[in-house]
Amino acid sequence: MTTTASRSHEEFFLDPQRCIGCHACEMACAECETNGQLAMIHVDYVDRAMSPQTSVQVCMHCEEPTCARVCPADAIAKDELGVVHSANAARCIACSNCVLACPFGVPKKIEPMKLMMKCNLCYDRTSAGRRPMCATVCPSGALWYGPRERMAEMRPNSSPVNEFRFGLQRVKTRVNVMMPKGSTELVVDGTEAP
Amino acid sequence: MARLPVSPEALVAQFGPSLGFPPKEGFPGRDEPDRVVPTHCCFCGMQCGIKLLVKDNRIVGFDPWEEFPFNEGRLCPKGVQRYLQNNHPDRLLSPLERVEGQGFRPLSWDAALDRTASEVRRIQEKHGKDAFAMLSGVSLTNEKSYLVGKFARLALGTRNLDYNGRLCMVSAGAGNKKAFGLDRASNGYADLAKAEVILVAGANVSETFPTLTHWIWQARDNGAKLIVVDPRMTPLARTADLHLPVRPGRDSALFGAILKQLVDRDQLDHDFIANHTSGFAEAAEAVKGYDLAWAEEVTGIPRRKIEAAAEWWGKAKTSFLLHARGIEHHTKGVENVVSAINLVLATGRIGKPYCGYGTITGQGNGQGGREHGHKCDQLPGNRDIENSKHREWIAGVWGVPEPEIPGKGLSAYEIVEAIHRGEIKGLLSICFNPLVSLPNASFVREALEKLEYFAAIDFFLSETARHADVVLAGSLHEEEEGTVTTAEGRVTRVRAAIDPPADAWRDTDVLLDLARRLGREELFDFAAPAPLAGTREGSLFTAKRIFDELRAASKGGTADYFGITYEKIEANLGVFWPCPSVDHPGTPRLWEDRKFATPDGRAHFNAVRYRDPGEVTDPDFPVILTTGRVVSQYLSGTQTRRIGKLVEQYPEPLLEIHPALAKTLGIADRDLVRVETRRGAAEFPAQLVTTIREDTVFIPYHWPGRKSANLLTSGLLDPVSKIPEFKVSACRLVPTGRKAPSAAEAKAHASV
Repeated sequence: MTTTASRSHEEFFLDPQRCIGCHACEMACAECETNGQLAMIHVDYVDRAMSPQTSVQVCMHCEEPTCARVCPADAIAKDELGVVHSANAARCIACSNCVLACPFGVPKKIEPMKLMMKCNLCYDRTSAGRRPMCATVCPSGALWYGPRERMAEMRPNSSPVNEFRFGLQRVKTRVNVMMPKGSTELVVDGTEAP
Repeated sequence: MARLPVSPEALVAQFGPSLGFPPKEGFPGRDEPDRVVPTHCCFCGMQCGIKLLVKDNRIVGFDPWEEFPFNEGRLCPKGVQRYLQNNHPDRLLSPLERVEGQGFRPLSWDAALDRTASEVRRIQEKHGKDAFAMLSGVSLTNEKSYLVGKFARLALGTRNLDYNGRLCMVSAGAGNKKAFGLDRASNGYADLAKAEVILVAGANVSETFPTLTHWIWQARDNGAKLIVVDPRMTPLARTADLHLPVRPGRDSALFGAILKQLVDRDQLDHDFIANHTSGFAEAAEAVKGYDLAWAEEVTGIPRRKIEAAAEWWGKAKTSFLLHARGIEHHTKGVENVVSAINLVLATGRIGKPYCGYGTITGQGNGQGGREHGHKCDQLPGNRDIENSKHREWIAGVWGVPEPEIPGKGLSAYEIVEAIHRGEIKGLLSICFNPLVSLPNASFVREALEKLEYFAAIDFFLSETARHADVVLAGSLHEEEEGTVTTAEGRVTRVRAAIDPPADAWRDTDVLLDLARRLGREELFDFAAPAPLAGTREGSLFTAKRIFDELRAASKGGTADYFGITYEKIEANLGVFWPCPSVDHPGTPRLWEDRKFATPDGRAHFNAVRYRDPGEVTDPDFPVILTTGRVVSQYLSGTQTRRIGKLVEQYPEPLLEIHPALAKTLGIADRDLVRVETRRGAAEFPAQLVTTIREDTVFIPYHWPGRKSANLLTSGLLDPVSKIPEFKVSACRLVPTGRKAPSAAEAKAHASV
């Protein structure tokens, strides 16, 4: 299966506005045998004093992953399916470049292991035709995995977006974020862009 | 003698709650399980499908069950972690007996059951049959609920049997019987999909029924408007088109005002009202003075919001009204429920596609468990224990003379009051932790201490079971076969994935053996033949036999299960009752034929005149206290306060308080605040949030001991449903001048 074929069939859609802060995704993620009971997806309150709004962040699996570009040890690789993997334990020097550089704030350095770990899109499940664990259990649709056409039917008022602007940096990702209908990119801190 | 044998700290050290975590590398064998067992989550009335992975008679993990139609693999954190109650270090592995000054020591089943049977006889001979009571719960399967009802009435011969559903759905049940003559959500959740307006009242859906969120938001994707009535901005209310932040205890004023708006604007279904209902004129008359100004004054909701809600509800062609404990846990819980139903009936939007109504049943088997003779006033099939025809039917099924079935007994809190008065001397409990879940916890503790004999069937030593003379080590949800009925009225299959560990027994086997020792073996002929006894196959044999009797007992009742078989449930992934014959497909949507289950066949409006809650604020107790739940805990926490990650997610109860109210008292975030009511006092860390009314504070209730919100709540009951008023108390807040210790220091999950 080529990357393109894979994308057109099953994709990951993130809709943080729907997150209800239940943490089912984190609990389910941590169950994965490769994660050692650590969650590779993160749910946080935006500002609990003002709202129960939470937001969920999963690795966006960038087409040109910033984490890999800044890695001095060449420890982070993207595979033929577009999945960006955790740092190779033999190479990672725990410098935290990736942690600081990722525009989405995804990689975490696991201190006791001196290793960067992140979501690998449930490689064991997705490579066997199953949905990632977080997107399977999410009770509110904040995380969803499936065909793009089905998503368009289910959520007629939203558009999936996978292009982001962080100041001068443009990022294209494998994971989509659901935005208001007609949106084509998400601009974060776009005022500095030319 | 039901005082604690040793200090509660010593009992915690031995029996927990301690925190269970999975090993870092997962449980051994997870990747090569012996069996993958499709069953259901044990927490909440959604009863999500889930697959349990079994290795060497242990649950070693879970997998989403994506084929089950309600949740399609979706789960909440409790569901993901539910498997960790198995393999837990606190699990009771044999019967225990209380030893003064020493704690609990193991004893044989023979000794434990003999002693229990002889204490039942001793107390009943001396003080009468009704001096021995039973308390039960609806996390039990339909089969066990039915068995408990029969066991209490015929083996114990007591009228005093009640259940923890008394703290849960009884106001909804009573309201539904008044309005429709039947107690079930009128629709499955599929009818949410194209509802134009969804009104959710007093239901923190995203925390207490997380997987229902999908169905509500699916409707919103299709254009539905969502109205949420809640004193707090819950995660669901955050996204609502209209959030009505009602003052606790004023729900019937809101619904009355909306009914008046519908009448004034003539947004009524006159044909439906004339042909299929009764009591409309009286209901309309009762609310004729409830104009918007009055409603704003009483409910504390801005009038424009009430008006908008009424306008949307009035104009809609399709709609779904959902409510839960938020309007039901009141001294007028039934009035709140029928005043909500009045809005459904006035617009005639019931019994049609995408026109729905229902309470969201709370407990795992809150629906099925309340139908088959578990309640103090009820016999199987949701029959009335005071109706002579109903009694005769059940006496026939049971093979006993009708007078042998005791009459109506006391409700749960009233049983505790009768223990406190010294009228009830003995108690057998299963699936109930009243020391945490009943209101006025200090009073409940005093009552437990007065019991002459207390036997508790449980799998962990709950706070209540610590007071027992004998603890009978029972079974988890995943250790017995049976059925449960979801909040939709869908009867589903629960599987015995494993056998109980060590010398723990299946609950059913405990009750059957005790019935034999009480001399009623011939009435409880459900046991599996010798080669199967104690096995999963034996559990299936016994559960099926009990279910077959339940089917016969329910036949012709409103909750008619006669046409439901295990095979049919398995083939269809659930069957909706009523299902009166084997060739009947079940009934996902009620009332399509407009034949309501009331004696006159009509749906009934009920006239509701607003009255205040049982306790109102005054200068001494000027703040409203309301209680509720968090997503990571279930009920009294006996199970979920032992699962490490669930505890870490929300480790201790916090006092939610609006910054404006906090400012008047000089309270800052994490300040330790003493909350006082007429029942007692307790200290909680303050959490300042603008997402609650300024006149109201909120504390979740899942914790025991000094961290129990129920030290503060009142024992005031709804006169009809006997539900306690957990949702409204008058309190005062006293800053202690100290910061709260960290949650890790507080160890609230094991508070004494």
